[in-house]
Amino acid sequence: MNRFPTWKYAVIAFVIAAAFLYTLPNFFGESPAVQVASAKSTVKVDSSVLARVEQALQAANLRPTGLVVDDTGVRVRFADTDSQLRAKDVIDRALNPDANDRGYSVALNLLSASPTWLTAIHALPMYLGLDLRGGVHFLLQVDTAAAITTRVESLAAELRGQLREKSIRYGGITRDGQTIRIRFRDAAVREQARAYILNSVPDLNVAERDDGQDLQLVCTVKPEFQKRVQETALQQNMLTLSKRVNELGVAEPVIQQQGADRIVVQLPGVQDTARAKEILGRTATLEVRLVDEDAMRGGSSFGDDRFPERRRDGTIAQIPVKKQVYVTGEHFIGASATFDQDQRPAVAVELDDAAGRTMRQVTRENVKHLMAIILFEKGKGEAISVATIQSEFGSRFQITGAFTPQETRDLALLIRAGALAAPMEIIEERTVGPSLGRDNISKGFHATLWGFSAIVVFMSLYYVVFGLISSLALAVNLLLLIALLSLLQATLTLPGIAAIALTLGMAIDANVLINERIREELRGGATPQAAIAAGYERAWNTILDSNVTTLIAGLALLIFGQGPVRGFAVVHVLGILTSMFSAVTVSRAVVNLTYGHRRRVQRLRIGDTAWK
Amino acid sequence: MEFFKIRRTIPFMRYALIFNVISLITFIAAVFFLVHRGLNYSIEFTGGTLVEVGYREPANVEGIRSALERAGYKAEVQNFGSSREVLLRLHLEKNESTSELAQKVLGVLKQENPNAELRRVEFVGPQVGRELAEYGALALLVTAVGIVLYLWLRFEWRFGLAAIIANLHDVVIILGFFAFFQWEFSLPVLAAVLAVLGYSVNESVVVFDRVRENFRKMRKASTPEVIDSSITGVISRTIITHGCTQMMVTTMLIFGGQALHYFALALTIGILFGIYSSVLVASPIVMWLGAKREQFIKPARKGRRDEHEGAVV
Repeated sequence: MNRFPTWKYAVIAFVIAAAFLYTLPNFFGESPAVQVASAKSTVKVDSSVLARVEQALQAANLRPTGLVVDDTGVRVRFADTDSQLRAKDVIDRALNPDANDRGYSVALNLLSASPTWLTAIHALPMYLGLDLRGGVHFLLQVDTAAAITTRVESLAAELRGQLREKSIRYGGITRDGQTIRIRFRDAAVREQARAYILNSVPDLNVAERDDGQDLQLVCTVKPEFQKRVQETALQQNMLTLSKRVNELGVAEPVIQQQGADRIVVQLPGVQDTARAKEILGRTATLEVRLVDEDAMRGGSSFGDDRFPERRRDGTIAQIPVKKQVYVTGEHFIGASATFDQDQRPAVAVELDDAAGRTMRQVTRENVKHLMAIILFEKGKGEAISVATIQSEFGSRFQITGAFTPQETRDLALLIRAGALAAPMEIIEERTVGPSLGRDNISKGFHATLWGFSAIVVFMSLYYVVFGLISSLALAVNLLLLIALLSLLQATLTLPGIAAIALTLGMAIDANVLINERIREELRGGATPQAAIAAGYERAWNTILDSNVTTLIAGLALLIFGQGPVRGFAVVHVLGILTSMFSAVTVSRAVVNLTYGHRRRVQRLRIGDTAWK
Repeated sequence: MEFFKIRRTIPFMRYALIFNVISLITFIAAVFFLVHRGLNYSIEFTGGTLVEVGYREPANVEGIRSALERAGYKAEVQNFGSSREVLLRLHLEKNESTSELAQKVLGVLKQENPNAELRRVEFVGPQVGRELAEYGALALLVTAVGIVLYLWLRFEWRFGLAAIIANLHDVVIILGFFAFFQWEFSLPVLAAVLAVLGYSVNESVVVFDRVRENFRKMRKASTPEVIDSSITGVISRTIITHGCTQMMVTTMLIFGGQALHYFALALTIGILFGIYSSVLVASPIVMWLGAKREQFIKPARKGRRDEHEGAVV
């Protein structure tokens, strides 16, 4: 009765062998490497880049221990960190001759030193969280309401133009939060305007309201529009962030959306957190607007925004600027520091097609008028350039202003790295130094090791052979858990290591239940074979029930947990699942192999059961 | 080896009232400290900045404190783990650009002692903290409801209710300890508390399983007798299992360092009270809620299947 069919042994052996294979990469450690990735969408990293890298390394007399090219880029391994550091500079110089315009990001990285055939079957070492390998974690809150407000503002400006064009006489258009109010003197005109807006501005809901003798149309944006703006703003910001991260040269950055309006940025191995934060946290956006020249000449500046402009002579002037925004920062696709025809520092910029068309139209209609380029940084706007439009221009032009050459370089970088579609704020930050990460690994490892050893010693003393079998099952559980974590590439954090330890401590429960049950059956007078069968069978119900309740708690943690709690929950849940397999099936298989095939079993070595 | 040679059934239920009074008193004390002192929430919940700094030689905590004070920062400074590591807690202040705070503070510390090395920074904005607290409460609620439902399905509603009362009382007692000693209540501690909830319910389940089995086997016994014999039957397994888990947790407490200290501490309290409450609190509650044999034996179906099985053999 205590025999498994051969296929069952085969399945168990196969699972354990596979688990062993996928656990292997964790033992090989890591070797220093340099990673080359594309920093621009137009630049591809392929074998020609690999050849250039090889050439450069040869010229510098550096011998890599391995070269790989794949979808993510080129990776070059080195035997020691010294040659890694030198190689990084060499490769950087070879691939990016112009430091202002980097086509490739070259970063230091650690690569698994496991053999390539293991990597080929997707056997990778566990993915360590930032608390174990060191690095920076940011959670950024995107102010999507601000993005929507900006869009509503430009909708209001468009409406102004369109109504005027259609000769629909309105009293005034104002924006109040995310609603646009249009006043009319005449109900018929209002009706005309209402029909027009309904027809040609599909993003707006229109309602009529009479406020005393004032006739109004109240336009609110539709929820779909809000959602669309919110989503594009988030996408745009993530794109911008990844461009900025590229400037930093981080090996395996993580940039992910979290919830409706949050972005997680994780930069493993980054040491200079101050610089990382400075570059990521820059909330600069650019806007191209027209200057209200009436107001400059002393006319009414009603409905204008005022921004300070730093003049060449050092004075600061307040520039009244019209509210309509023609081009925003996300449309800038290129920028570089240059000099204009008078040899003054300038920034040459390039816009995308859509913005180029807008620009062409605006400049055609406003030749000899003043245009302002406004830079918003940390919530404050500054007119960085106020210049007369000399002639019509499109997607390429120069921004001139009171710049120093250094400032044009910074500005070009800022524009190139992309502007944000909506302001962001860091609402959570975790920085872990590399020494602390190493400490955490060794502490977690030691805690697990000693706890595991203590359990093995105790179980073997208390349940003798069955204790050894239980310990073996527990070791298989650990193996399966690590294999699963490596295979799924789930992030392992310090709470995750704690969960491994805790799960092992809890998993032994199943074996204790089984062993106690077998002892009880033996005391009750059952034969050894019958006691084994009954012990496993009766204990199974209890094991199932108790694991399901633990699993419920684990799943709740997984669903609602954030940060460290999530890292704990993932491992906990996986550990419960593997423990059900190892504690019941694997230990049974070993017991069956030990006792099931003997003709006569005099007594089971499971400790003292003779007392009554 | 055998530790527990229990030859007679131990009459646990005779002392049911005493057990429940003890746990009621502990519970009330825990609630009192929770209300009176409150939990010492980590900055993950309150929002703020936490900076861990390492030195090459034992750190001069007083010096750091006064240096920060001179620079105008209100910070709690304490040793963390060893004498060479220092933890600074800066609470959220309205006008401070929080994400730059850590760098400025490090600057101040480097002036005081150039060996200062930044080991860890955590900054949590106020809205994140509020959310974490909400999600934590939600996780607790979902776990509790899920467990009651599962036990209701597998056993009977009385068992589900008893298990959850006993184990939520564990949770409150753990929190009570954290309030009384003003230990820091952080996210890993929250995870530990929820893990304990799942873990000690597991304990009740083992006893209940035996109760169900014994209700079927011991046809003439009264409910307290059935419960007594069930607890006696599983007591050795209970103590050995918890002993093993506690071994693991103890090594975590010893080797795990500061980062896992309170996590392991919460688990220790949870395991100790878990044994007590899930065995000696849950069972009397089941008894008082009126569990009977009839609830587990469905006469018609059961009887027929028995006959059928008899015929085959």
